[in-house]
Amino acid sequence: MAAADELAFHEFEEATSLLAETPDAATTSRSGQLASPGHVAVAVGSGGTYGAEDDEEEGDKTALLQEEKPQPGFWTFSYYQRFFDVDTAQVLDRIKGSLLPRPGHNFVQHHLRNHPDLYGPFWICATLAFVLAVTGNLTLVLAQRRDPSIRYSPQFHKVTVAGITIYCYAWLVPLALWGFLRWRQGVRERVGPYSLLETVCVYGYSLFVFIPMVVLWLIPVPWLQWLFGALALALSTAGLVLTLWPVVREDTRLVAAALLSTVVLLHFLLAMGCKLYFFQPLPAEQVAPPAQVTSLTLHTHLPPTLARSVATP
Amino acid sequence: MAEAAESPGDRGTASPRPLFAGLSDISISQDIPIEGEITIPMRSRNREFDSSTLNESVRNTIMRDLKAVGKKFMHVLYPRKSNTLLRDWDLWGPLILCVTLALMLQRGSVDSEKDGGPQFAEVFVILWFGAVTITLNSKLLGGNISFFQSLCVLGYCILPLTVAMLICRLVLLAEPGPVNFTVRLFVVIVMFAWSIAASTAFLADSQPPNRKALAVYPVFLFYFVISWMILTFTPQ
Repeated sequence: MAAADELAFHEFEEATSLLAETPDAATTSRSGQLASPGHVAVAVGSGGTYGAEDDEEEGDKTALLQEEKPQPGFWTFSYYQRFFDVDTAQVLDRIKGSLLPRPGHNFVQHHLRNHPDLYGPFWICATLAFVLAVTGNLTLVLAQRRDPSIRYSPQFHKVTVAGITIYCYAWLVPLALWGFLRWRQGVRERVGPYSLLETVCVYGYSLFVFIPMVVLWLIPVPWLQWLFGALALALSTAGLVLTLWPVVREDTRLVAAALLSTVVLLHFLLAMGCKLYFFQPLPAEQVAPPAQVTSLTLHTHLPPTLARSVATP
Repeated sequence: MAEAAESPGDRGTASPRPLFAGLSDISISQDIPIEGEITIPMRSRNREFDSSTLNESVRNTIMRDLKAVGKKFMHVLYPRKSNTLLRDWDLWGPLILCVTLALMLQRGSVDSEKDGGPQFAEVFVILWFGAVTITLNSKLLGGNISFFQSLCVLGYCILPLTVAMLICRLVLLAEPGPVNFTVRLFVVIVMFAWSIAASTAFLADSQPPNRKALAVYPVFLFYFVISWMILTFTPQ
């Protein structure tokens, strides 16, 4: 009996020593698991206004669920179906989140919630490209009303230019940004970068505010156009900067400042380029603008019926 | 049709033969019935089936396909909740419509300036790649419609816009003026709404209800772009 008691006591001692050791092992493996989905670590680091524990649990659960499902290969259709697994309400909610950026809410964390989609970026870019081409053409109609010597033409090549520009911007710039952030990952311990899809999502949804801006640029009042442009650019870049700030904050100040200013500058260049290329300055009333004189000299010799063939209301 | 072309040798046997029963007769020569035709009943049945469409006149073949296309045109012009477009899909109608629209929309060859209307290839590519993109989008969102059914519906629903293009071309022959533009704008808007109504009637049921708007919006964008191309068409 004494031997059995001694054995039991021994086991208890071993058990306690094992228990003393395992908590450390458990926490290190757990934190290792938490660090891989980057946005969950961001929640802990930013100390946001909402409960960080809830997001941790949610991230934990979603990480476990994702690990259970086998990943289909990239050549299968179901691989791409994962990126379109959104409802109408979710897409509208993400658009609203990009239109009204708030300093406490990180777009990736609050709206994407580890569920980025490709539907929003793709169709927002398509809409923006076509709206740019159509409204740019409409400004030509408005210009012709003021100055009848300007010849109207459908300018279909602008559709191609608009499409290529918007799609390259919305897909290549996030790729470069994602690559850069992954390269700088060694500098930061706690915070992981966003995945490529999340970066593409952020950029795609941030372009949404340009659509009403482009439509409002039809109003032929120059200072109003600049006002709308500045407003839309401010909203869009605020959304981008607020999303990138938690990731970039732990880096050196030089790199953080350089990265954010590059992002803002590229966005500004896109808006500027759209304004200057697609929206020609309207001629003043009854005065032909000098910039269009050279192209018009060829057309003034055409019979007047051709100029009148496109009538405006 | 296979039953109608049954060989007379089979009518002698009163019992109905199962489908591949003739195959067992092929292997053993003495089991082939010598009454009627010496040829194997199975193969002769197939041969008569083939010759019934091979031997018909070309006019019959073309008229049959044209009637099928015309029937689907009627279904588009008067959209009801019917499954004809989905069940017997074909791509002849979309091809005819696409080529007609692209031929009418292209700018003339004498025009050498940079900003004019679209070329034939541009219209063709926009129509077909637009339809393919919308179909892929609908399938990725989880719709239960097949690839070619969706292409068929989208292609056939271009019919109202092709009619609008014809009307616009006729209107452009008349005296130009604000009335001219207003008439064309009205016609294009009405036909655009008709196209969207027709395609939504066929496509909306294939999506779950919380994603219908996501699937319908690209269709709206597609027909909007085509309507824009039709409205801004200027003859040279």
